[in-house]
Amino acid sequence: MKTFKIGGVHPEENKLSAGQPIREAQLPKQAIFSMFQHIGAPANAVVKKGDQVKVGTLLGEAGGFVSAPIYSSVSGKVSKVDVALDASGLRRMAVTVDVEGDEWEESIDRSKDLIRLSDRPELDAKTIVEKIKTAGIVGMGGATFPTHVKLCPPPGKVAECVIVNAVECEPYLTADHSLMLAHPDEILVGLQLVMKAVGVTKGYIGIENNKPDAIQLMTEKAKQYPEIEVVPLKLKYPQGGEKQLIDAVIGRQVPAPPALPIDTGAIVQNVGTCFAIYEAVMKNKPLIDRVITVTGKSLKHPSNLLARLGTPFSQLIDECGGLPEDTGKVIGGGPMMGKALLSLDVPMTKGSSGLLIMNDKEAKRAEVDPCIRCAKCVGACPMGLEPYLLAKVSELRDWDAAEQEDITSCIECGSCQFTCPSHRPLLDYIRLGKSTVMGIIRSRVAK
Amino acid sequence: MSLILAIIALGAIGLIAALLLYFASRKFAVHEDERIGQVGAVLPQANCGGCGFPGCAGFAGACVKAADAGSLEGLLCPVGGQPVMEQVAEILGMAVEASAPKVAVVRCNGSCENRPRLVQFDGAPSCKVQQMIGMGETGCSYGCYGCGDCVAACQFDAIHINPETLLPEVDEEKCTACGACAKACPRQIIEVRLKGPKNRRMVVLCNNKDKGAIANKWCKASCIGCGKCVKVCEKFEAITLTKNLAYIDAEKCKLCRKCEEACPKGAIHAINMPPRKPKAETPSIPNTQSTPNAPTQNVEPSKAE
Repeated sequence: MKTFKIGGVHPEENKLSAGQPIREAQLPKQAIFSMFQHIGAPANAVVKKGDQVKVGTLLGEAGGFVSAPIYSSVSGKVSKVDVALDASGLRRMAVTVDVEGDEWEESIDRSKDLIRLSDRPELDAKTIVEKIKTAGIVGMGGATFPTHVKLCPPPGKVAECVIVNAVECEPYLTADHSLMLAHPDEILVGLQLVMKAVGVTKGYIGIENNKPDAIQLMTEKAKQYPEIEVVPLKLKYPQGGEKQLIDAVIGRQVPAPPALPIDTGAIVQNVGTCFAIYEAVMKNKPLIDRVITVTGKSLKHPSNLLARLGTPFSQLIDECGGLPEDTGKVIGGGPMMGKALLSLDVPMTKGSSGLLIMNDKEAKRAEVDPCIRCAKCVGACPMGLEPYLLAKVSELRDWDAAEQEDITSCIECGSCQFTCPSHRPLLDYIRLGKSTVMGIIRSRVAK
Repeated sequence: MSLILAIIALGAIGLIAALLLYFASRKFAVHEDERIGQVGAVLPQANCGGCGFPGCAGFAGACVKAADAGSLEGLLCPVGGQPVMEQVAEILGMAVEASAPKVAVVRCNGSCENRPRLVQFDGAPSCKVQQMIGMGETGCSYGCYGCGDCVAACQFDAIHINPETLLPEVDEEKCTACGACAKACPRQIIEVRLKGPKNRRMVVLCNNKDKGAIANKWCKASCIGCGKCVKVCEKFEAITLTKNLAYIDAEKCKLCRKCEEACPKGAIHAINMPPRKPKAETPSIPNTQSTPNAPTQNVEPSKAE
């Protein structure tokens, strides 16, 4: 069975909510829409206090090419256009809507009927990309990179295949898994739309072998499309990383930055993104909801919820049995790459794939010991870097050395910190070094 | 015979090489201004970079260059201060203008009492790491993280975290105003300010640029941008309000302490000033407020005198 070639770790899976069907979450009383739900320029709010909005009404328009518009996922009245705390832990511009009823924009097709690509022969690549752009779709695995940008390769680069990322290598998370079991046909049509948009004839779906039911179902459904192949992958973290997935599925390595994944001829899209693309192109539905896994060992009912964007996390936890008493930390995302939340009142965004509630014992970081030069982190790094060294030079603020040691290649997967027997906060320092070095490089290029 | 031949040959080679080296050293000689060495000798040799040049040698070179251009204005060794600059000026035959001494000021009074901790940060102990992760442990988006990046940056052991308030405190005697702590602070809380006459100065100990309601909610000692201090200072125009934050211009401030009285949040502090005589007619509210918000950098009044 295929997998990526270097590094990787095996964290405990803990997929507590696996096999749970997707449950629709209740409408929130108040929804908060951050204007910073994607990488790139923030959206600019186009509504003002007192405006009436419906589900699907534009709240913020894209602030540039690398940006995405934001739509209301509820109907009601805009009560505030002001800074609000979001999941990133910063106070940033957001639109708050007081919910009244559930009225949808008429342009959205709410029927459940499957529309195949063959039913819409008039769709061409340009229309598809335009629809994706207007719908505000971003990478839903968590990176939230605007999808239309990925579908417009820079001049001179040619796409050869599309890979659907159905790996979901983060422990605990099952959102993509449940989505595949619930909507396999829609995902396949979504993949076809992406293939048509970039003009390629080969599509792969990479699924890790801890989801045998999804592999079986997708393989069966994909039989009707000869151009689509389901690739089962050997379990290993971080296989869901874009570069690792390309390596695992088609055996090509992405060169060091500034090269992009497109240099290997592959375009990678998450399962959730494919589903959103299907809904946007075929049903005219902008990105207003997503599947989120709410899980944790002490939580009563770990679930996969289909929740409207802007719903406060506290409400999602209440729907799964309430916040356990022994909660030590609540993490937005998975345990490996997620980020601890400062407050439970922050809203879910386009990139919220999971909400993990850790108990006191799990949440506590172990005491930091000195580095014993065991090089376990070097063996675990899927990018072939030397994490102990990168962390040290970043701690000592030696940015030149950090740049020379290729710190910008780091994908921040956290394998090094996970494997470190001395529990050193390697990733904390590497992230600091990476962001600083990238800033230095940007200012150098700007000169 | 062969021995003599060898000696003569080697001697000849040596002579030729010596002549070559002699002429090369004359031809390619680098004339270094000897004043650079002299200036360097009186500098503290801390190589802290506080002057803005790469080490003391760089500063010495800059001084000589500036002296040739006619003025030493704008050049100051923050470590050596006025006495060293006078020596430098003497070597270069220049007159040095008196420059007022400066000191680093931590513009945050968000102690544990004033600014309750909402969450606990357990990552790598660095303010910059915390900054990447979010707002920090409190609800204030502008206040001190308390991890001590400034302490690590200080080469003079002049700044330390107070374990009770979890805020850095500057030792005014040791501080050389080199500005390393100010550069290290990811939130630009530390400002290198004029020390003021008799080390007395008025400072807004807050860096919060949020709207008043948010600033007030999360910290008892925050500036809420109400502008009362600006009004009482109309005569001197020393206080300006930008982005919901008051700032006192040390050069214009006359130390009248009216702003301290006017501030409803006790965010303005009179540092190193003698305690005020209680007035009979003033209500006791400002006094009770000033107790928990006591200045973090106070040295004993007797010392300040």
